[in-house]
Formats: sequence, C-alpha cells, structure tokens
Amino acid sequence: MNPYRRSLFIKIATVLVYAFLYTPIIVLIVFAFNSSRTNVLFGGFITQFGPLVMDGSTVVQSPCGPFHWFCELGKNAEVMNATKNTLTIAIISTLSSVVIGTMAALALQRYSFKLKPFSQLSLYIPIVIPEIVMGIGILVLFSQVFTFLNGAFNLAGDSRLTLGLPTVIVSHIAFSIPFVTLVVQARLQGFDKSYEEAAMDLGANELTTFWRVTFPMILPGVLSGGLLAFTLSLDDFVITFFTTGPGSTTLPIYVYGLLRRIITPQVNALSAVWVLVIFSIVLLIQKLQSRAA
Amino acid sequence: MSEFTVELRDVVKRFPTPEGGEVFAVNHVTLQIRNGEFFSMLGSSGCGKTTSLRMVAGFEWPTEGEVYIEGRAMGHTPPFKRPVNTVFQNYALFQHMTVYQNVAFGLEMEGAGKQEIARRVGHALEMVQMTGMERRYPKQMSGGQQQRIALARAIVKTPNVLLLDEPLGALDLKLRKEMQLELKALQQKLGITFVYVTHDQEEALTMSDRIAVMSQGKVMQMGTPVEIYERPNCKFVADFIGTSNFMEGGVKSLENGRASVFVPILNAEVTGYAAENVSVGDEVAISIRPEKIRLADKAGLTQNCFEGTVVTTSYIGSDTRLHVDINGLTLKVWEQNKISSLDPAAYYTVGQKVWLTLFPENTLVLPKD
Repeated sequence: MNPYRRSLFIKIATVLVYAFLYTPIIVLIVFAFNSSRTNVLFGGFITQFGPLVMDGSTVVQSPCGPFHWFCELGKNAEVMNATKNTLTIAIISTLSSVVIGTMAALALQRYSFKLKPFSQLSLYIPIVIPEIVMGIGILVLFSQVFTFLNGAFNLAGDSRLTLGLPTVIVSHIAFSIPFVTLVVQARLQGFDKSYEEAAMDLGANELTTFWRVTFPMILPGVLSGGLLAFTLSLDDFVITFFTTGPGSTTLPIYVYGLLRRIITPQVNALSAVWVLVIFSIVLLIQKLQSRAA
Repeated sequence: MSEFTVELRDVVKRFPTPEGGEVFAVNHVTLQIRNGEFFSMLGSSGCGKTTSLRMVAGFEWPTEGEVYIEGRAMGHTPPFKRPVNTVFQNYALFQHMTVYQNVAFGLEMEGAGKQEIARRVGHALEMVQMTGMERRYPKQMSGGQQQRIALARAIVKTPNVLLLDEPLGALDLKLRKEMQLELKALQQKLGITFVYVTHDQEEALTMSDRIAVMSQGKVMQMGTPVEIYERPNCKFVADFIGTSNFMEGGVKSLENGRASVFVPILNAEVTGYAAENVSVGDEVAISIRPEKIRLADKAGLTQNCFEGTVVTTSYIGSDTRLHVDINGLTLKVWEQNKISSLDPAAYYTVGQKVWLTLFPENTLVLPKD
C-alpha cells in the first residue's frame, strides 16, 4: 500500500492541481450557457424555449433554449468558414508531417551518415526557438520568394502569389515534423532490427516487411506523433498569424479578432465545442492504444 | 548438387570502427557444412560466429570471399531469396501477431493457400509440442514457449538449412538442457542441416556432429566433439574447451608423431603427442587434462613422472579436485572417487607427497599461439 495515500498534503495538492487545471475550462463552458450577452457577469441560464425574446442584453427565451449561443454559432458563416479552414489545415499538415517525420525518424535510426549529428540537432531548433521568431522567419521567406517569383513571371492581379491557406499549411507541416520525428524516434529506441530481419528471413521483401512488421510495431508512436501534430496545428496562433492571408482565417485567429471587439457567449460556445472535440479524440486514441497493447 | 549444404570460402567481413579504422569480424574463414549435419560454431563473444551466421542468412554480406548455399554462390542475394531460415537469439516473434499468424507468416509470403497454411502450421506446432497455443500472443507465453514458437516459425517452411543464433541463451539451465536434447531429436527427425551458434561449450559438445571453434574472426579448429576435446590442435582450443594444464618448453626430438620436449621448470623431458604443425626446435605448450593425470604414492614410469606436493584438495562428490605443486608449477588434478570410503586415509591430504604420471598418450604437444 502506498504510504503517502492518506497524507493530507497529497490530498490538498491533488485538489489544487485539478482546480488550477480544470476550473477555467469549467467556467468557460458554464458561461457558454449565459443568458447575458455581455458575458461579463453570469446572468443565469436560459431556461425557456420559444421565439427569441430579449430584455436589454439578457436573453429571456430562445428557440434553442439553453443552447442559444450554440445555435447562433451555427448560423455564423465566419465561424463555419474558420472551422473549415482550421480542419483543412490540421488534417493536411498532420498527414504530411506524419509521413515525412516518420521517414526521418526511421532514417536517423537506421543509417549513419556524415551530417547525422547535425540532422538530429536541427530537429530541436524549431522546437526551442520562440514561435514568434519562426513566424517572422517564415513570413520573410514567403514574402521574399513571392516577390521574386511574381517579378520573374510577371504575375499581377489575382494570379499573384500571396499568403493564404497553402502558406499556412506549409508552415504547419514545417513546425510539426520535428515533433513527429522525436515521438517516433522515442518509440524506435526499443525497436530491435531482428524483427525486420525475421520477416525478411521468412520471405518478405523490404516493402512487405515495412507494412506487415515495422509499421504495426511503431504505429502507437506514429499515432501519438500524429495526435501531437494535429493538436499543435489546431491551436496554433502565432505562426498562423504571420502566414495567413485574406479568406484563410483559422479559429484561433477568428476568436482573437472577436475578443478585440466584444466577448459574447458565442466565443464560449465555440470553445466548449472545441474542448469536447479534442477530449473525444484523446479518449479515442487512448482506447485504441490500450487495445493494441 | 554439392555435398556441402553451406560453404564459406575465404570469407572476410570488416566493419568500420567509430575511430575511422576497420576491424575484422571474420578473418578469412573457410568451412564446409555437410548435408544433414548438426554443425556448431563455438566461441566467446566477438569471435565472429554470429557474423558468419548472419552472412549465411543474408543479413550481412562478406567484404571478401563467397558464401555458397546448396552449391550456389549467394553474392548479395537478400535474405528473403535464400533457402535458409533463422531462429533468433531474442526469438524476434512479431508481438502484434498471434502464434498462428507468426508461424503462418513465412507460408503466406510463399503464397500458399489457406488450407495448406492451416495444415502446415498445425504440423509445425505439433513438432514443437505447442498445439493449442494458436490464439495466444507472444507476450502471453513463457520464454521457453516463445522459443518453441520461434522454432516452429523457422521450420514451417521446411528449409534445407536452419540457422540458430544462441537460441537457448535466455533459458534457465534446466530448460536449456531439455531443449538441447529436443533440438537434437528434432534435427534428426527433420533430417535437415542445423548451423548452431553458441558460446556454451557443453551445449556444442552435447549436440553437434562437428564443431568449429572460433577466435578473433578465425576458425581455430574444426572437428567432431571427440576430436576437439581429445586432440585440440593448438593451445587456444585446449584452453577454451574444458580444462587443461599447460607447461612450456622446447622440442628436442620428434618421431612417429611423438615429441620429446624439454621443460625448464621441471628440468626434465616430457614426451607426448605432437600436433601437426610442431617441429624440432619449436617453443611449444604441453597440455594435459586434469582428469588424465595419474596420481600415485610411488613412481610408476621412468619417464613423464614427477614428484609433487598436494597444495589444496576439494571433494565435490564424484571427483576430488587437487592442486599439486611441482617445483613451483601448479597442476590441476581431478581424481575420480571410484571407491566409496569414509576413511580419511583413502583421500589425498594437503602437504602429502605424490607422484604424478603424465602418460604420453594423454599428453599433447601444441604450438604456442
């Protein structure tokens, strides 16, 4: 039996940790059901269903009842567009960075080459340098390259190369690769090459060996890396801020824009949905991994 | 087809060292393994035995020389195109597959039909007495069971050569002894060639038809267990296999395969079997096994007979093991306790004077390494 289990200190510390971590999220979700549209004070829940009735800035009655702000959110075309952009960016950048990152991890594990120490070190650089530095760097790179290309090919008007969805995707792939590679590398640490040798010994060529033996064995690492890349892309603000253009607003950028004007419970409703989605994904992955083990 | 299933011809394998140099893992090895033979490569770690095996399997390619399997030069043939299968030291069972899927993997790669796979997997599991384990995962089995599954997976493709890389290394002593006998029985039942790598000399002596003793990338001696033990061809093999006593001296004369060697520390000549590459004038090592020295209270022969003092004795049941000092040279002598007795006088005691007889037929004159 754990001797510290009954200690009062441990109990208090546990409660405090959970309080610090989860109170903000609970408050955030509760405020999504706020009847007051100013969202500074909690004005009680919206309890009545029916046609929209407002009393000043307080919602008395709504067709969606307590889910008034969620319905408003659904009607908000800007939010829907930002969600679409965010998911598009996250999915494409996750898939790409998982493929590239896993290949890099396998190469670093298997082969020794001249610039290997440098390649390994270069993985840490995007992780340790401040995001804002990387954001500015990417912005400068894109604008220089685009200026040059636009000039070289005489591009003008709508055909000019500008910042937009593709530039955000490229930059997200770039900053996700090191995370994927490091996570997959950690998984490969305990990977004995005799498994691959055994597969080849039994008649499997390199490709079959990879898909039938190597990949299933490193899959938990690949999934964790992918999940990390996905969440990083979903909530990235700084780098997206520098590389986004008109029409390619993502959710974090949109919320930041809202906050500068007025904080309505719509923002909370959006955040609540967001938390729910992420939570479900994490739960799902955990379930998949525990089944695999 | 060649009478040899596996042949290494003047094979060299060099690896680059981190310092930028090169190291010989296998240094000009030539050996022939006959069809249906249980052949062991024996040596301490780093002697090149595993590298040699890996070159047969195709996981490594020789730097120089050539590996032949069933008379065909292997060159850079990848492992999946070689007619051999391997049992790995760590078993290398696929953790995400069941026992059935593990054993079926090789047949699936051959493109065998479902029914044929089921039949052959069942047969292979029967051979290793693991019927009924099909649905288990490797993690749900003991080391000994995993070992058997690894064996089944390797024999299911009915290869002509089975390569085994210290397959019993991770098992406890009792299980290892059982598996040794079982492996030998399996090899005779299947009638295929086993190439077995081990660092355990007892294991090699128990199971093998022939043994190659290796050291520092070279084959020191190749022969049957009896030849290796009774007629080692150099000091290294005599020392590595079993226990030996050594004395140094110079060859005075040589006739009919018998050499007379002057041993300075005894200030006498000792006669013994001369190894092939010993000639008059050579500095040599004289080797004799502790169980082959005759102890007596009186001098027996006029030659090869020396007086000494018992320094230590230890009674270990079947034997009594003594250290006997002759002019500062300590020899190990093992006396079998052939007569049951409680009388202390029946056993040698410390400080007792004894005569040791080194019969010439038990004494070997070997080149120094």
